[in-house]
Amino acid sequence: MTSKEAILGAIKKNKPAASPLPDLLKFSDETNLIERYEKGLTGNGGKLQVVDTLEELDAFVKENYTNDQLIASLVDEVNGNVDVSKISNPHDLEHVELAILNGELGVSENGAIWMPENNVVHRVLPFIAQHLIIVIREETLLTNMHQAYEKVNVADGGYGVFIAGPSKTADIEQSLVIGAHGPRSLTVFLVKK
Amino acid sequence: MKLKTHAEEAAEFIKDDARTHWHDDTLWHVRSNRDRSAQGIPEWETLRDTASATKDYVLSHIDELLEQFEANAKANGVEVLWAKDGKEHNQHVYRILQENKVKNIVKSKSILTEECGLNHYLEKKGYDVVDTDLGERIIQFAKQTPSHIVLPAIHLKKQDIGDIFHNHIGTKAGASDPNYLTEAARQHLRKKFVQANAAITGVNFGIAETGGFVVCTNEGNADMGTHLADVHIACMGIEKLIPRAADLGVFLRLLARSATGQSITNYSSHFHRPAEGKKLYIILVDNGRTDQLGREDFKNSLKCIRCGACMNTCPIYRRSGGHSYNYTVPGPIGSILSPGRDLKKYSSLPFASTLCGSCSDVCPVKINIHEQLYKWRQVIAENTDMDRSKKLSMKVAGMTFGKPVLYDLAGKVARTALKITPKSLVYSSINVWGRHRDLPEVPKESFKEWYKKNRKQ
Repeated sequence: MTSKEAILGAIKKNKPAASPLPDLLKFSDETNLIERYEKGLTGNGGKLQVVDTLEELDAFVKENYTNDQLIASLVDEVNGNVDVSKISNPHDLEHVELAILNGELGVSENGAIWMPENNVVHRVLPFIAQHLIIVIREETLLTNMHQAYEKVNVADGGYGVFIAGPSKTADIEQSLVIGAHGPRSLTVFLVKK
Repeated sequence: MKLKTHAEEAAEFIKDDARTHWHDDTLWHVRSNRDRSAQGIPEWETLRDTASATKDYVLSHIDELLEQFEANAKANGVEVLWAKDGKEHNQHVYRILQENKVKNIVKSKSILTEECGLNHYLEKKGYDVVDTDLGERIIQFAKQTPSHIVLPAIHLKKQDIGDIFHNHIGTKAGASDPNYLTEAARQHLRKKFVQANAAITGVNFGIAETGGFVVCTNEGNADMGTHLADVHIACMGIEKLIPRAADLGVFLRLLARSATGQSITNYSSHFHRPAEGKKLYIILVDNGRTDQLGREDFKNSLKCIRCGACMNTCPIYRRSGGHSYNYTVPGPIGSILSPGRDLKKYSSLPFASTLCGSCSDVCPVKINIHEQLYKWRQVIAENTDMDRSKKLSMKVAGMTFGKPVLYDLAGKVARTALKITPKSLVYSSINVWGRHRDLPEVPKESFKEWYKKNRKQ
């Protein structure tokens, strides 16, 4: 008997009487989504910039980063100096200073952004970069996680991640430290309607 | 070798009075964060009810869900393996490492691999396993085990961690600044991530509907590991299944809030297919779970999503430390899970509770933790040669409380005895009770006598 057969056999013998599967939950929409989103994001250590156009993002990058730093941009409005599509080995991203990515949607209850594999090209990019900027659009903002899972088919790509802040830890006497292994900062640029 | 009881282990921990208070306060702070966070969600109780009912469905359909999960995962290009116990789990991991000629391994926090003793097993085979969660790395250096499932190094002070890092990664002697120490660990671990050929992770939720799984971290260490290495091995207890992807809406809202009060972990990663040219394995582990499923009174413990809320709130855990439980999962939930694994070895754990019910109150999946602890006590009293003096005194207490005349008499005798008993007898080595307690002041009369005199007209 294989282990699979043994385990399934033991379950059949031991499992309790059938319980019904609950219906999926739905709650009413919140207003002030941007305000709530900001509260969620900053609570996780991220920062929010609400902008009218992405020219402001371009200006922000030019002001805070220099050309001798490696910048990988997957947002059309900003030119980086690392062509991610030409990189075949993710280890080559090790020295990226800033990654600029498009987020799929934002969840206002907790600041999380859905980031599917297609939007990052290399799965490691949002983690290995020293700093991270994500662009989201106001019209993609949702109230809660239930709505997010209604919109997203998580099995579409091979991988996808909800990013809700920079890499952080509180493992040393519960002191919050931003920048554990991954990005030392997350700035979200939210483009208004 | 006879294992120490919880009380004996706890006695070690509470020798340092200041540290005991600090530990207590720190965890209570985490518990308070959880309260604030939960209270910010008006539908919190609906979420708990739904999570609990969803897990009821899972437990009663777990065979079908596992087969569905396996079929979908296989169709996604994932290799699925089954393990009856920890030993078989470790053997699977070893075989995968050998087949893929892996040299360097990074691991992100997985309570299951801890439960299976994987690190120890692989080290014996000559592998160096690097734990990458900062808390886990700290205790790995210190050659300890996690004292908490979410906050593995919660028992250590920053000065302790400074000393550990000084010895292992060469930080300045006496340094204790969390920013400085974290930065040093970041540099040290980045090298390990870049060198790793294989990454081992746990699984927070396996999705039957899609054959994928979710891993939650704040540090992003699971992602740094898995996306750089060519081989990803995900180790999953069979009870981690949920039926549908949309159920994650409920569970991700509950998990981090219950654990630390955060609205969500900064990274919730969904894995479905290996990246091009890479390999992804999932090991489905039983290791006692199907036995627990068959225990009517205790099967609910399998709903646990490992948030640690019951530990943070438990007055015993907070004052005795995680190591005093001597089990991978300490605290209230661990005290339900462990007797099922070995009734004799863990017979003292269900008694490490005040039965105050706080654990059940904070549990996001509504496990009746304190009731199960009470039930284990009965099983243990019947099936083990529990402390003779405890058994005898319970019997006497049962008789006394059962007969009012006897109870009144016992009260009178006690009031007199308390007055005339010399202190040397109370604080003798035979009387365990007197070790940490003073005698109460003796009332002149019983409440019953007082009531008769004053209130009964």
